[in-house]
Amino acid sequence: MAKQATRLTVNGKGHARIVEQRLTLADFLRHELGLTGTHLGCEHGVCGACTVLVDGRSARSCLMFAVQANGCEVTTVEGLTPDGDKLSVLQQAFVDNHGLQCGFCTPGMLITLSELLRENPTPSEDEVREALTGNLCRCTGYAGIVKAALDAAQRLRAPSQPPPQAGEEK
Amino acid sequence: MKPAPFDYHAPRQLKEAAELLASLPNAKILAGGQSLVPMLNFRYVMVDHLVDLNGIADLRGIAVADGRLRIGAMTRQRDLETSAEVAQHCPLLAEALRHVGHRQTRNRGTIGGSLAHADPAAELPAVCAAYSALVHIASIRGIRQVAFQEFATGFMATALAPDEMIAAIDLPIWRQGHGYGFREFARRRGDFALAGAAALLDIGAGHVVRRAALSLCGVAASPIRLDAAEAALVGQPLDAGLIRSAAAAAWLVEPIADIHAGAEYRRHLAQVLSTRALTDAARSAGIDVPNLV
Amino acid sequence: MGAKHFGAKVARLEDPALLSGRGRFVDDVKIPGMLHACFVRSPYAHARLLGIDPKPALALTGVHAVLAANDLPDPMRSEAMPMLLPNPTISSLCTQHVLARDEVFYVGQPVAVVIADSRYIAEDAAAAVAVQYEALPAVGDCRDGVAEGAPRAHAAIASNVLSTFQLAYGDVDAAFGNAAHVYEEQIWQHRGGGMAMETRAVLASYDAASDLLTVWSGTQTPHIGRRMLADLIGRELESIRMIAPDVGGGFGPKAIFYPEEAVIPAAALKLGRAVKWIEDRREHFLCATQERDQHWDVAIAVDDDGKILGVRGRMLHDTGAFVPWGIIMPYIAAATVPGPYVVPAYRLETKVVLTNKVPTTPVRGAGRPQAVFAMERLLDRVARELQLDRAEVRRRNFIQPEQMPYEVGLIFRDGKPLVYDSGDYPKGLETALAEADYENFRERQRAALNEGRFIGIGIGNYVEGTGLGPFEGVTVRVLPSGKVAVATGATNQGQGTRTTLSQIVAEQIGCRIEDIVMTIGDTGAIAQGVGAFASRQAVNAGCSALLAGQNVRAQLIALAARVLGVNESDIDLDDGKAVANTGNKPMIGFGELARLAQGIPGVSLPAGQAAGLEHTAYYTPPQSAYCSGSHVAEVEVDAMTGGVKILRYTVAHDAGKVINPMIVDGQVQGGVAHGIGNALLEWMQYDEDGQPLTTSFADYMLPMATDVPTCAIAHVETVNPLNPLGVKGAGEGGTIPAPAAIIAAIEDALSPFDVHFTETPLTPERIVAALRAAGAYEKLFAA
Repeated sequence: MAKQATRLTVNGKGHARIVEQRLTLADFLRHELGLTGTHLGCEHGVCGACTVLVDGRSARSCLMFAVQANGCEVTTVEGLTPDGDKLSVLQQAFVDNHGLQCGFCTPGMLITLSELLRENPTPSEDEVREALTGNLCRCTGYAGIVKAALDAAQRLRAPSQPPPQAGEEK
Repeated sequence: MKPAPFDYHAPRQLKEAAELLASLPNAKILAGGQSLVPMLNFRYVMVDHLVDLNGIADLRGIAVADGRLRIGAMTRQRDLETSAEVAQHCPLLAEALRHVGHRQTRNRGTIGGSLAHADPAAELPAVCAAYSALVHIASIRGIRQVAFQEFATGFMATALAPDEMIAAIDLPIWRQGHGYGFREFARRRGDFALAGAAALLDIGAGHVVRRAALSLCGVAASPIRLDAAEAALVGQPLDAGLIRSAAAAAWLVEPIADIHAGAEYRRHLAQVLSTRALTDAARSAGIDVPNLV
Repeated sequence: MGAKHFGAKVARLEDPALLSGRGRFVDDVKIPGMLHACFVRSPYAHARLLGIDPKPALALTGVHAVLAANDLPDPMRSEAMPMLLPNPTISSLCTQHVLARDEVFYVGQPVAVVIADSRYIAEDAAAAVAVQYEALPAVGDCRDGVAEGAPRAHAAIASNVLSTFQLAYGDVDAAFGNAAHVYEEQIWQHRGGGMAMETRAVLASYDAASDLLTVWSGTQTPHIGRRMLADLIGRELESIRMIAPDVGGGFGPKAIFYPEEAVIPAAALKLGRAVKWIEDRREHFLCATQERDQHWDVAIAVDDDGKILGVRGRMLHDTGAFVPWGIIMPYIAAATVPGPYVVPAYRLETKVVLTNKVPTTPVRGAGRPQAVFAMERLLDRVARELQLDRAEVRRRNFIQPEQMPYEVGLIFRDGKPLVYDSGDYPKGLETALAEADYENFRERQRAALNEGRFIGIGIGNYVEGTGLGPFEGVTVRVLPSGKVAVATGATNQGQGTRTTLSQIVAEQIGCRIEDIVMTIGDTGAIAQGVGAFASRQAVNAGCSALLAGQNVRAQLIALAARVLGVNESDIDLDDGKAVANTGNKPMIGFGELARLAQGIPGVSLPAGQAAGLEHTAYYTPPQSAYCSGSHVAEVEVDAMTGGVKILRYTVAHDAGKVINPMIVDGQVQGGVAHGIGNALLEWMQYDEDGQPLTTSFADYMLPMATDVPTCAIAHVETVNPLNPLGVKGAGEGGTIPAPAAIIAAIEDALSPFDVHFTETPLTPERIVAALRAAGAYEKLFAA
């Protein structure tokens, strides 16, 4: 089997491996590095469950090879939780707005939205929906995800205000 | 769905890439990967060698000179989407890019890859057809130029020889203030067009059309220029009636049929979208035209 | 005691791990030394299987085995899989072998399995296995299957009509004979697949030291799966443990037991290594069960006021090549037609037809969307013909709340008479109409028309039997650490099972939600279980959680009272502590109580005290719990392209008492998305030879974020009197009437052209074809 070295940074940490050339970036992340947060839903570039950031840009990791990512900086969903267990503003917004059900599409959603909010801190609902067309969800009907994105955008714009705690409301 | 085995090559120079393509059997170019890699994963396509062009800096870039916009083949669709030069000089391209796939696919996908893949429903080939783009093709034999209408030869087929690659695309820049319009109908946002129309209008005094280009995607095996429509437009003052009669030329196309849409429907869409694209083009050139369809 | 958790929007316990990428789906589970599988599948819809040559595959490096039917243990080697829901009307026992024997019956049917070091190698090897087939004529369409001279879908079964049954009550012929008006419609309905984002997955590992075969499966029904596997692999039930870990969506197809769930464990046993199989999306398109085509020929008889006198008709149902779940889906469809209306006489004859395609089994809605579509189209027809408002026609025919419980006159699929336990259908409709501003719609429509825009509004009503039995158990056990262990046979594919059951238990026993340690979907944790389907878990597991919780509550109070020396009525349970509300308010923690409840070795427990602080309840519902709802869809149609945009979507939803409103709303919203898919986008296409044409997400359209608006959801809570929680199921109501409401709205938008639609999915192309046939474009192009 044809193998090749690849060197990349994932969530800020450098990795060097010798891998089969046809190993996809998604499989590399999941099985070589054990970062199983990135999911495979279709392996033909439609569902977006495998979305990661490559050099800061969202990309389908099922459509890249690990050897292609040589020299790149990759961010996966695990890299979005800044302090270990503490959820980011966007992740907390998902909790508060029921932005996930089964959780399978969720890492891809988070990655795409993190890119959107970085590029456009004041997205409209239409812009959020447009940004999410590359990420399919079969559980939520998208409403909770869109609400979470808009909620997170608002919270990120007013960081001095503590976000409402997700707790119990009647 | 894992691809069959292949050897992977990542040349850093155009010359090296050309040599690899000339010497390796059953080799394919890896550009953005958004079309090729799904086919590899499905094993619809099996290659012995992949030549990755992503590392060749000379193949990227957007430059304006001599009345044309020269775009490196490996320029990302996303970079074209956000480019000030594209917005200013080739607004039709900017407009069409909003319909191309999704942000993730535009982040990796390239203009060269889209043209080489030659999907009949793809937007960028139709835009290049409207512009009468010039395609620069590189190989170990040097660089040659092919006019776009000779470049796109049929269903997912181009004039590229197996050892050739697109190096750059020239889009002639239309006169400042020209009209442009791009309309497509797809089942969902970002899907391939069931049909799409790209229109360019250069309008002079008295609303007389000096120059017109109207191309369609999704309707035939490769993008087509509606010569009859263009001929009907040129030399005439632009108004709703002219647009309607020009767009009626779309009825003459012989569309493809597949599981997504039949021929009759595509022909119908071609006419509707041509009308709408021409209407957009007229309005963007400052001519007030009512909604026709 | 006021409700603290029940009915509250409690944050989901499942979320933090899933959000930070620490979910544990089957493919995330790693067993050292595990091997990977890839199945060899039939490329033919119908063929004789002549021979399998594994040698070219075995020659590849990294390939450990190629197994075909004869390499499997008995009984799965030669016996077909059990049929879970037999029915006397089914003429032939019709389930598949886990690996095909002499004949293959649908494209994708598993024929052999390759086990290799990696999935990459396994796929290389699977392509190298040489299989010889002799193609046979195939049935690609259920209408062809019943035609004279049709080929046999199964060589050994003479008729492709596997079952014929009739559901009827009342004097239908008299009703029609005497009716002032009779209207007929021919309806084609296609529903596609559940299409969860996670495909199927099986990981099997055998530990010889404990003689335990552990199987992780992305299933909705691990207990049923374990039973099926035990039967097929010839092992004792207790020597198998099946675990459904995090599962990325279910929607019905994952409730079925699949051949792969038997073959992978057999391979693991045979090779003495763990074996993992992760289905890829193409396999999912070929082999995961789906719903598919039904052709309805129905008629309604009404009087001059539009009151229903009777409904009758025929339905043809495409069941695919096998019936792993019998005929419940067409049965449910047939039983759902009367819906929330008074239908004095009814008769539907159904033919279940074998075709050479993957079997059809319930997908979210389970046959009900088709029934609702048929009935709602008929009622819209009545409205049109008699020039009545469409909502008014419904009003005149609704079952009234004072008629509850209402006996429809049929036997439902739960084996019991179809009796609606509770519901207020008129209130549901009025609530939805008010929320949708139905009253002012005609004005909106006129204004839009002046701008050259076509907008329309449509209504869909439904009644849905949920909470189906037989049971779902819950064990509650207080641990010496103070935590509360809960085990259940209920499973989770996104519906928040852990959270809702925790709310109920915490409510009952007064512990903190965060102190609950719950094991779900694991046959090792609770002896008996059924699983998730038919929106049954809130009722079955919810009530078991209530009953177990109440029991443990009583035990806690009794023990605390004894220990603290007070009356039981003086004990409050809150925050994991028992507090006496007398004197200086002594208290004792649950952990301490649990330790005391273990007793002392050799010493008898005091009279009246049970061992430990635990109880297992298996609530068994007496019948289905009937929820209902009304949907109102407002759409815009681009008459030139046939493109449809949903402008506004309103739901009034009655699922009884609501445990967690956030979760219920999420189910409704998610259900509507499936309904939009069914109405406009989703179509699993096959050619006339049974070859699948839509085998990827590029061909099969799932709704995107730009296709599904945020619904306005109003709750109408009519309490279910038949279970102690008063709950009903909530998982499918969002889907069931959506196609009816949406197609009605499209028709309404295009009413200037007098076009009518009786099909789903309704594509833009079909809309344009109908408009063209109606001469619409002469008007529109000339405008």
